[in-house]
Formats: sequence, structure tokens, C-alpha cells
Amino acid sequence: MLAYVLKRLLVALPTLLLVAASVFFLMRLIPGDPATVILGDAATPEAVADLRLAYGLDRPVLVQFALWIERALAGDLGRSITSGEAVGPLILARFQVTAAIVFASVGIAVLLAVPLGMLAAWKQNSWGDVAAVAAATFLLSIPSFWLGLIFLLVFGLWLGWVPVVGYVTFAEDFWGALHYIALPVVTLALIETGVLIRMARASTVEVLRLDYIAHARAKGVPEWRVLARHAFPNAFAPTLTLIGLIMGSLLGGIAVIETVFTLPGLGRLLVEAIFARDYPVIQGVMLFIAVIYVVVNLIVDLLYPVFDPRVTAG
Amino acid sequence: MTPVLEVDRLSIAAGGRRVVDSLSFRIAPGEALALVGESGSGKSATARAVIGLLPPGLAPDGGVIRFEGAPLEANSAALRKLRGPGIGMVFQEPMTSLNPAHRIGAQMEEGLALHTRLNRAERRNACIAMLERVGITDAPRRLEAYPHEFSGGMRQRIMLASVMLLRPRLLIADEPTTALDSLTQAEVMDLMAGLAREQGTALLLITHDLGLVARYADRALVMQHGRVVEEGPAAPLLDNPREAYTRALVDALPRRGPARAVPPAPPLIEARNLSVTYPKRGALFRRAEMFQAVDNVSLAIHPGEVVALVGGSGSGKTTLGRAMLHLVPVSGGQLLFRGTDVTARTGPALLDFRLACQIVFQDPYSSLDPRMRVRDIVAEPLRLPGGMPMEERHRRAEALLEEVGLGGLGTRFPHALSGGQRQRVAIARALVRDPAFVVADEAVSALDATVRKQVLGLLREQQRRRGFACLFVTHDLGVVEEIADRIVVMQHGRIVEEGPRDAVLDTPRHDYTRALLAAALRRPGTAA
Repeated sequence: MLAYVLKRLLVALPTLLLVAASVFFLMRLIPGDPATVILGDAATPEAVADLRLAYGLDRPVLVQFALWIERALAGDLGRSITSGEAVGPLILARFQVTAAIVFASVGIAVLLAVPLGMLAAWKQNSWGDVAAVAAATFLLSIPSFWLGLIFLLVFGLWLGWVPVVGYVTFAEDFWGALHYIALPVVTLALIETGVLIRMARASTVEVLRLDYIAHARAKGVPEWRVLARHAFPNAFAPTLTLIGLIMGSLLGGIAVIETVFTLPGLGRLLVEAIFARDYPVIQGVMLFIAVIYVVVNLIVDLLYPVFDPRVTAG
Repeated sequence: MTPVLEVDRLSIAAGGRRVVDSLSFRIAPGEALALVGESGSGKSATARAVIGLLPPGLAPDGGVIRFEGAPLEANSAALRKLRGPGIGMVFQEPMTSLNPAHRIGAQMEEGLALHTRLNRAERRNACIAMLERVGITDAPRRLEAYPHEFSGGMRQRIMLASVMLLRPRLLIADEPTTALDSLTQAEVMDLMAGLAREQGTALLLITHDLGLVARYADRALVMQHGRVVEEGPAAPLLDNPREAYTRALVDALPRRGPARAVPPAPPLIEARNLSVTYPKRGALFRRAEMFQAVDNVSLAIHPGEVVALVGGSGSGKTTLGRAMLHLVPVSGGQLLFRGTDVTARTGPALLDFRLACQIVFQDPYSSLDPRMRVRDIVAEPLRLPGGMPMEERHRRAEALLEEVGLGGLGTRFPHALSGGQRQRVAIARALVRDPAFVVADEAVSALDATVRKQVLGLLREQQRRRGFACLFVTHDLGVVEEIADRIVVMQHGRIVEEGPRDAVLDTPRHDYTRALLAAALRRPGTAA
């Protein structure tokens, strides 16, 4: 087991290096000099030259890359060109915001969607099933920013239940933080619920057709137990893969949601850095996102044998 | 005496259509009744209705089912309590009838926990005893294993064990061995019949195979289009069928054709000391162990000859068939075609060989592209090489479809055809370029008896007319009687016996051949 985890992480190293390299070199293909962008109107040739020297932008690209990798391995992702903050701690601080929202909303979505999807499949073609599918399709078709804005309008402005702008960390004020993330969590959870209901329903429909379900019923197993014990683990395995993919992509950035709710998350950090040509931040965030993907997928693969023993880890 | 099961004017509807129409029968305690019919006769629907597990889309449409005198109500708590200890059911597909997510011990124990007051240790002991009874060795350890760790035959034994553990008064077996090879089929059926006898369980056997009926049923009921055609004690019914449909079913049992002499000629295709190995479950950074599927086999097939390659699951027969078509990489030996070594050829150099050698696969549902029309499927091999115009290709395809009995169906898609019709399409596709050599890989194993008879007839007729050599890969010695000139028997990747058909069937020398023969459901006294 441990050997398997180490092996998987080892195999991920070339992937990460590839991501690092492509991000690094693609960034430098984009026209525009960060020094000019930062200095704006004050960009005299001398000032630009000084700044380039200060951030090592005057060195050959390959040397810059080698230096960056060397420092990254030591845990130093450099400093932001615009704010001067260390990139590593900056990413971690912003990631906490994103992670809190993503974990809470995906958790809620799974708890809602998996039982709903399974029940819909169990009562396939009933009015309840049709309603669940219609609701799911509706939810996943709504743009997240629109739903977020409507929520802000209703619960923030009209009802005044939650603050409209701002954020405090859980460490500063637990209840306050809950207030701030409630709306984004609900928005995201509803949308992901739509996706997951469809997946859970589809895989349950497949499973319920199989002989081992009939076999369980033919043994006199009650229906709730047929669903919980015989259908659930088999139907959940494919959904788990999807959950992994969703987690990976959401953790990597929910920039739209963060922008709508003015939250200092990872997605917004990346977008702002791109506008500012803040190379160290962009590179750091991209590398961090790649690592998240690798780790989330590893966790999914490790969990998979719990639901499907035909797949063994190792 | 009260019958265990009494079905009284049962009807089952699918949409507006009746798939079972006013069906009545009884089963006495301990009796074995076979419900015989082809796909679509309503026999499976009847079995499912008895245990109250009709698939979605089917619904009862009148009639009464009584179990030990009491009417069964669909979806009632009383029926659920009867499932297991009253009525047990064994399903057809060993690959999906056990839950892949649970250990087999837990699955076997579940019924006991629901229906008996046995404690944990007692349940475990009962499971172990039953597993041993069905011939699973090392039972205590095997309880901890998952279904995927067992072969199809083993899974079917485990399923049988988990059902018989509850000592049901009625056992419903829905095509319980159709997916198994003939040796395994005989073993599982013997076990089932033996257990039923020991426990005094009545048996409702659903099958399309009259061979099984003769051996395992007291009484048989022949169904067609949801109605009873003929009913009576099994042996007289098979010997003297009164109705034309029953006679057609009996006639569909394999019968030996006349022996032919194939004119001597140099071999068309020849395997010399051929070996094929597969890596077992691979692992990163570690050399995988190799599995010897075909072990140093030599086999020559002459022009116009039909050679049957016979063996159980895992004997290597399918792999050898594919290796002789250059479809799997060989690890040793040579493949000669018309005297030339083609073993190392690849790409364009192999084109002549590819055009001359064709294959018909087992599963007609996955071997045809569902997005292509039948005519295009058959015409596709004509595209290469030379560039025949499309009208000409279509004309030839239509002509050949006519020849295989599918005239006028060229513009259909495969899903609009029955299994037998699809297999005819597959045969037409293989024959459209007039090949010299055809491998038929279990080409009729997935078909009903009467359809199998027709498709075999078609294959033989085409073979006689076109004179191609044929390697007929099968687990069923019965089928071989019909069509083969020569029989080759394989076990564990090696050829264990080889000879002219009549010699192998009448005076088998190897034990394995004898076992295969004993398991084959041939009609007694059909030797010509």
C-alpha cells in the first residue's frame, strides 16, 4: 500500500516537471514585458532595466527555468512581482479559502445527489424520476455566476441574512466565516448536484439491471437492503471517479464564484496574476494546481478498491 | 398431494402484447419440470413471474400462481419471505449473478441471516459445508474471496450453493449453464440435480436445450409464442414428439453427417511448433509472469477440409485459432501459408494472407459495427484492394445476402436483426472475398438450438459450395458431429488427440476426449 503510494507519486514527477516547463515557457511566449506592465506610466528605460535585473528577467530563459526549478524543489516559489509577497505562503493562504468552499459544496452535493440519483433510478420512469432528471438538467445548465448574483440579491440585499462583500478566515471568526462562505457553497453545491445526480442515476440504472440484484431479491433481501448493500457500492464506484475529477478542477480554481462573491481564493489570485504578468505567481499557482490533480486522483484510486474489489491498489 | 407450484392461466403482457398467454402447469414436490422453448417463447418471463421478479416492462395480465396451495401476491411481504427458503432461483450469467463488491462468504451468509436463527459461527459452518458439497476446495479460505477470483463454472457452483443453503422447496434454474462450456455444464447440472434430490427440492428448469431435458427432467413442457405446444413425460416426448414444433426442436439436436474424403493436397495453412504466451497481471517495474496459452502446437489444415478444434474454457483453442490468422503475436514457431513462412510478415506484406483468411466470431452482438448498414458491413472487405466501384460492391453484397437467406435486408442496421440473422451477416462478411481459410470461433455457441442448426447448415452448404478450409473452434462436441472432417482436441494449450471425426467420436483414446464426449448432449443413437 505505502509502496504503491510512493510509486504513484514518483510516477507523477515527470508529469509535474512537464507542467512546470510548459507553463514556464508558454508564459514567456506571451508578448509583453512584466517590468513595463508593473511600472506603467513610470516606465523609463532605466527603471525597466533595474526591475528586470532585480527579478532576474535579464538572464537567459533556460537559466531562469533552472533557477526556478531549483528553488521550487527547496519550497521557494519566489516572490510576487506586483506585491513582493512570497508566492508559497500566498498560494496556501488563498487555497484555504477555495478549499473550504469546494470541500463543503462537493460534500453537500454528494450527500444530496447520490441518494437522489439512486432513488430516481430505483423508480425509473416514475414521475419522481422524471422530476429528478429535469431538476438535475436545470441545475447543471444554470451559469454559476448568474445563480450567485441572484442569491446575493435575494439573501444579501433583500433579506440581509448574509454579508454581500468581504471575507474573514475561520481562524479569526468561525461564525462570521460561515456567513461569508454560505452563499458560494450553496451555489456551487447546487450546480454540482445536477452533474452528480445524473451520474449516480445512470450507473444505478445499469447496476439494477444485473443478475446479482435479482439474485439478492430472490434470496428475500428487503428492497432497502438491496439498494444500500447490493446496488450502492457498485453504482458509486463510477461516481467516485467523477467526484475526483470535479474536486480536482474546482480546487484548481473557482474564479467565477470567487469573483462574484469577492472572495480571496486561488482562482482569483491566478486571474489577477495573469492580468499583471506576475510570472512567479502564475507559475506557482499552475504547479500547485497540477499537484492537486495528482493528489486528488491518487486519493480516488486508493479509495476505489473499497467499492470495487476487482481493482486492487498495488 | 398438493403441488409445490401451480400456475393457473397465467398471462404476462409487455406493453399491449402478451408474451405469455394463459399458461397452466403444476409441479409436484421433488419433481423436475423443464420449460423448453427458444428465445422469445416466454419461458424466462414465466420463471420470473413465479418468484415475483418480472423485469421492468413486463407485467402480469391475469391468472393465479399458487405455492403449496396458497396464491402468491406480487410485491407482498409474504412473497418476499418465501423467496429463499420457499423458492430459490439460479440465474444464467455467472459473470453478473454474484455481487462483485462483496466476498462470497458474506453473500452466501446473507440468506441464512435473513431467514434462519443460526448464529454467526453456525452460519459460517453451514456455508463451508455447502461450498465443500459443490466441490470448492479450501472452503474456509475461499469464503473470503471475491467473485472475480473464480471462473464462470466455479461462480455458478457458488451461486447454486448459496441458493441451496436455504433448502428451498422449489428451485428455479433459468438457463443455468448456457454460458458454460459443455464439460462444466455437465458438472454443474449433475450437482444441481444431486442437491435437489438430496433435499427433496422440486426443479423448474428453463432451457432451450433438449439435450438437458432428456438428462435432467422428469416432465417437459414445450412453449412457443407464450403458449404450451406439448407437455408430457420427458423421455417419450423427445422420442415421439407429436407436434411439428417439438419435432423441429428434436431435429435440431446435432446429428452426424456423412464422412467425406478430402482429396490429398499439400497443407493450405500450417502451424509448426507454434507457441503463444501472455503476460499474467502486469506490474510496474516488475517483469510479469508469462502464461503459456498455446504450447508448441503443430497443426496442418488442407484445402477444403473442415477441422474442429475442441476443448474446454482455457484450453487455448481460441488463441490457437487467432494465432493461425496472425491476429495474436506468437512467441515461438512458424506459421506457413501455402508453403510460405508468414510468421514475421507485417503490414502490406501480409495483405494477401489477410484477404485469403477470414474469421466468424462468437458473439453476433458485438462483432458487427452498430453504425453500419448490413450491406455496407458485407461490402466493406471489397474496398481493398483494386477499387471496385460502389454499385458493384453493393450488388455483390446484396447477392451474397440473398444467398445466406437475408435477401432484401441489406439496408437494415444490425440491431434490427435477430442473433441468428446477425451471425448470417458475419458469415457473409467472411465469405464475400471467397477466402481460402475461415476460422469459425464458437460461431454458433450463442444461438438457440433451431437457429444453431440453420446457421450450421448454412456454413456447411457454403463450405461445400466454395470449398474453403475451415477451422471450427468449439467446446461442444455435439456441434462437431454435424460438420467436421477431422477433430483436434486441446487441453492446457496442447493437442491431446487428433484424428478423423468418426474415429475420435467412436473410439476416443485420451481421457479428456472421453470426458468431453460424456458431457456432450448428443442424441442417443444418432450415429449414422
